[in-house]
Amino acid sequence: MNHATPTAVVLNVRNLVKTFTSPDGEPTCVVDVPAFGMHEGEQVALHGASGSGKTTFLHLIAGILQSDSGTIHVAGEELTALDESGRDRLRALRMGYVFQTFNLMQGYTALENVELGMMFGAGVNRDHARTLLSRVGLGERLNYRPPQLSVGQQQRVAVARALANRPRLVLADEPTGNLDRRHSHAALELIREVCREHNAALLLVSHDPDVLNRFERVEELGKLNHAADAHGSSEFAAATPASAMRPPVAGVP
Amino acid sequence: MRPGLMMIVRRSLRQHALSTAITVTSVALASGLVMSVFSIKEQTYEAFTGGPVGFDAVLGARGSQLQLVLNSVFHLETSPGNIPWSMYQAIGRDPGVELAVPYAVGDNFQGFRIVGTTPELFTKFEYQQGRRLTPRDGGRIFDPARHEAVIGSYVAQMTGVTVGATINPYHGLQYDATRRHNDEYTVVGVLEPSNSPSDRVVWIPIEGIYRMSGHVLRGTGKATVAREGETIPDEAKEVSAVMLKLNDPQAGMYLDQTINRQGKVATLAWPIGRVMADLFGKIGWVNQVLALVAYLVVVVAAGSIVASIYNTMNERRREFAILRSLGARRSTVLSAIVLESTTITALGALCGYAVYAAILSGTVVAVRAQTGVVLDPLRFDSVLVVTPAVMVGLGALAGLIPAFKAYRTDVASNLVPAS
Repeated sequence: MNHATPTAVVLNVRNLVKTFTSPDGEPTCVVDVPAFGMHEGEQVALHGASGSGKTTFLHLIAGILQSDSGTIHVAGEELTALDESGRDRLRALRMGYVFQTFNLMQGYTALENVELGMMFGAGVNRDHARTLLSRVGLGERLNYRPPQLSVGQQQRVAVARALANRPRLVLADEPTGNLDRRHSHAALELIREVCREHNAALLLVSHDPDVLNRFERVEELGKLNHAADAHGSSEFAAATPASAMRPPVAGVP
Repeated sequence: MRPGLMMIVRRSLRQHALSTAITVTSVALASGLVMSVFSIKEQTYEAFTGGPVGFDAVLGARGSQLQLVLNSVFHLETSPGNIPWSMYQAIGRDPGVELAVPYAVGDNFQGFRIVGTTPELFTKFEYQQGRRLTPRDGGRIFDPARHEAVIGSYVAQMTGVTVGATINPYHGLQYDATRRHNDEYTVVGVLEPSNSPSDRVVWIPIEGIYRMSGHVLRGTGKATVAREGETIPDEAKEVSAVMLKLNDPQAGMYLDQTINRQGKVATLAWPIGRVMADLFGKIGWVNQVLALVAYLVVVVAAGSIVASIYNTMNERRREFAILRSLGARRSTVLSAIVLESTTITALGALCGYAVYAAILSGTVVAVRAQTGVVLDPLRFDSVLVVTPAVMVGLGALAGLIPAFKAYRTDVASNLVPAS
């Protein structure tokens, strides 16, 4: 009998709670996720209504925000037990982040933007940066700055930058939100392919049904996040096949 | 330094090139100004109080020692009056006097002072140890019995007069084209530069002054005009000043006592450096005002560093958030800002040397033209090290203000709108 080799757990979230203080001074719980996890190389799409805490959830996983309670393990390391500089270090070494608005440094060339993604981790490797940019089809645009690139090309730079440190986990927040349908499809495939090539787990937030339908595992934040009940449910939930909705990763403790 | 920090700084400077250039310029001006003020102050003080004067004391008419020194040593100001020739002879015989050289003034050549003197000025007087006023190759000193002149190097440079040329003196110490003497003097020598006020002088035999057309001698108390072919009696002669080289300081003290305290007809300016130091002491407040202005310029420059970086903070807040999202620590962002302000100041301080060189070059020309004293723009002064170092330190401190703002940048709220 063949047994599939269990892959390592890259992300393990337990009882994660984050509360903000609303403008009227009332505490508002934005994230309350009892359990969520991902395996190495796994690709998960996350959707939810606007304001349901998707970005906050990603920021918590990235260590950009600090949770009120609960634990987050990334690549075996407990992010929530680290101080801020420790979280910065873990993010630099183990995670890549693709933003909807790309967040490229406007004064830097494509190559420098990718090198920036390495700078705070293992260190700058110019050959690797060139290789990544060539892989995303920008080998001829290394010295172009973002304003000199099309929106699609900027997105590709952002993808290359997110993978610059050979991350174990790539977080993508509406990465195709600023692209038209044709470019959106191409960009999504590029992100997924490159993550596959690097065996990086991909957690992608999107509200676009076309995007979500391409993933085997799709999670609705409204179901994961108990706090989201109060903020509405996803417009995608009704359109998503039940088979695409899966429980948190098996094997995650 | 963390890896890549300099790259972040370089990119930021490039991105904000205009404000960087303006700040670098203001720092350069501040640094250059401070270095210039203190270096010029130091050099002028040294040049006027201990420069290549060569003489220890000046004997002249009763009056201001400062005026006497300015007139006879620096060839500025008007003469305080004359003293009889006999006084020159008497002091020349004093055992404490090693050398006495008479000066008679009253004319100019194109604004450069004509001084009548004796050949001892060239044959015995040393303006520095072992260095005499020497004519360049092809020249010689004047014959005291002829209408001959020796001119200083700066006079030659500015007027274009060379050996063999004939010049006409003009009456008075200020140049007035209508007051031309008909007497002609042949230039027989151009002196090697001495970097002293002597470079701005036309030297002629002292008899030439006495015999100049229109000059009247009053040594006897009556107006006497020297006649061609007749010897001028010593009683009729007067001198504007007697330049003295003394054997030792005790001689100076003795002469000071007998001439200044007990006598009533003459003044001894001794020591020359002290007389000039008194002048600098009196105008010391000017230096203090200049220093204050320079310090204020430094403060303004430091403020411009803060302003230039602080003004870009809003647009850069997102950049800091991006850097943080890529794993940069708060301390890295803080260091980048401080390093940026330090780099701007260091660039400014470097450019400050160019400003300093420009100011010094202009000052050297002006001071030389006015006084004959030559300042050295290349002379090392501790202010040339201290000022840039202080500027860079101030720049780093100034950078801390925006740096702490960057340090506190909230990453999540400055990245993208939350979905």
